[in-house]
Amino acid sequence: MAHPATPINPGPGGASAPPEAPPPVLEGASALLRERTRAAWLFLAPTLVVMVVVAGWPLARTFWFSFTDANLTDMAASQFVGLESLRQVIDDPDWWTTVWTTFRFAGVSVVLETVLGMIIALALNAKFGGRGILRAAVLVPWAIPTVVSAKMWAWMFNDIYGVVNAVLQSLGLISEPMAWTAEPGLAFGAVVAVDVWKTTPFMTLLILAALQMLPGDVYEAARIDGAGPIRAFFQVTLPMLKGPLMVAIIFRILDALRVFDVFFVLTGGGTETMPMAGYARQRMFEYQEIGVGSAAASLLFAIIALFTAVYMVVGRVKLGD
Amino acid sequence: MRWVKKAAFAVLLAVISVYTLFPFYWAIVSSLKTGSELFEVAPWPKEPAWGNYTAVFTAQPFGQNILNSVIVASAVVVLSLALGLTASFALARIQFRGRSTLLLTVLGVSMFPQIAVLSGMFELVRWLGFYNKLPSLILSNLILTLPFTVWVLTTFMRELPKDLEEAAIVDGATPWMIVTKVFLPLLGPAMATTGLLAFISAWNEFLFALTFSQSDNVRTVPVAIALFSGGSAFETPWGVIMAASVIVTVPLVVLVLIFQRKIISGLTAGAVKG
Repeated sequence: MAHPATPINPGPGGASAPPEAPPPVLEGASALLRERTRAAWLFLAPTLVVMVVVAGWPLARTFWFSFTDANLTDMAASQFVGLESLRQVIDDPDWWTTVWTTFRFAGVSVVLETVLGMIIALALNAKFGGRGILRAAVLVPWAIPTVVSAKMWAWMFNDIYGVVNAVLQSLGLISEPMAWTAEPGLAFGAVVAVDVWKTTPFMTLLILAALQMLPGDVYEAARIDGAGPIRAFFQVTLPMLKGPLMVAIIFRILDALRVFDVFFVLTGGGTETMPMAGYARQRMFEYQEIGVGSAAASLLFAIIALFTAVYMVVGRVKLGD
Repeated sequence: MRWVKKAAFAVLLAVISVYTLFPFYWAIVSSLKTGSELFEVAPWPKEPAWGNYTAVFTAQPFGQNILNSVIVASAVVVLSLALGLTASFALARIQFRGRSTLLLTVLGVSMFPQIAVLSGMFELVRWLGFYNKLPSLILSNLILTLPFTVWVLTTFMRELPKDLEEAAIVDGATPWMIVTKVFLPLLGPAMATTGLLAFISAWNEFLFALTFSQSDNVRTVPVAIALFSGGSAFETPWGVIMAASVIVTVPLVVLVLIFQRKIISGLTAGAVKG
């Protein structure tokens, strides 16, 4: 899905001008070019300033804090302590519990979202009456705040009055009510359930958009070759969806690794069911250890930066074909 | 055989609909139950009551919370679109040294985990005197919406025909005139889409709002709902929470139904094309 290259763009990257002499240009044209370049920077300036203020500067400060013993009560009195704050994070078994929880969460929920998203997208790609309405309905969980979906599910998962326990009990699947959000093992499942419900629409939409761009004649050919719908899916559809699917999956993994809201609302913040972002925030604002919390946040940033690099490489590859 | 397939497909669609919509249905049903009825798992309320809906606004400053969310999200959308429009014109239509690096930086910033800027932002917010005030949220939310806005508007702007711009240049139009007089009218749908997505993400933001606000009447909707408390510490007012959830969900459902196509095109432009 490469962009139609803008004709002004001489080549990929654009920054590397060819070594040979530039073609002779009219005096007016080069003046115009200079004027446009100046305009470009002028137009970009406000955005760049805001980005530095809201992203660059706070990020740099967070990095700085992770080398200090900064405390919330008096942030000005912080001392440089080298790697001490970082060591406190790495030596803390609770940190590694949150790392494990976060990665498990990302893995399980992204797999479920992809599979479910694929099934729903394939269903919505078929022609049937009321398709538009169902497509809109599928979007709704995506639009509502995570906090709201977590609360709605927390009520459904309520151990005494919840509809989930009532239904499971009446079906005979469980003999007594389960504490879905209190027991760490179950709470993890509950968090995954909420996240999958909320973010599958996103997957569905991206897959659906990719499905609709597939050429129809390939299916015709597969059908003539006698491939059934399942074989056609695995041998024709899936390979052609690989690019967009990979991008969507990495996008979702990045999102899942920085998860905070669902866990916070659903489990209330016990260490056993806490994501990395929750750990960092707890150290910063509950224990008031800005330094240690910032060190944890910087570690999370490093992990995400790594995945972002992968995302960009995959994105680049896609743009190139 | 044919009708078996049809029936199976119908069942699949029914399952998808129930899975997607049941939590909303249950929230609505629960919000209409009061007293002990809330604690019986009945599929619909025996006597629908609006008590929870009035309690949301009397027990909590929920009207103020909604207003806060509207103010923050609108301000963020206006700022992001204004900044994003000129920035994306430069990135999409002008060839200059460092453009690809800038585009990659914008994409990179949109991947930032919020937690990584939290302590630095907290310091900044306090230094500016914004702590426990709405400007803190307007400022911090820009990190979520601005890179995204620039990115999506750039992809939209690249697809506009070149002829219009060339004609304007021949007529002696400055870049500023090209943006405001030639492109802006054409970008209406793209601006609406991007603005809508930015609005939703600012409206839903939780971490900054939780950290930078302290008083009940400065909270935005998500924080208010997350921290709703009942009469006593052991009693969670589920009926009221469900009523509040329904109240904030309804406008979003309406938005989604009206702008379905725009949202989808914006999301795919933002993600797949990246």
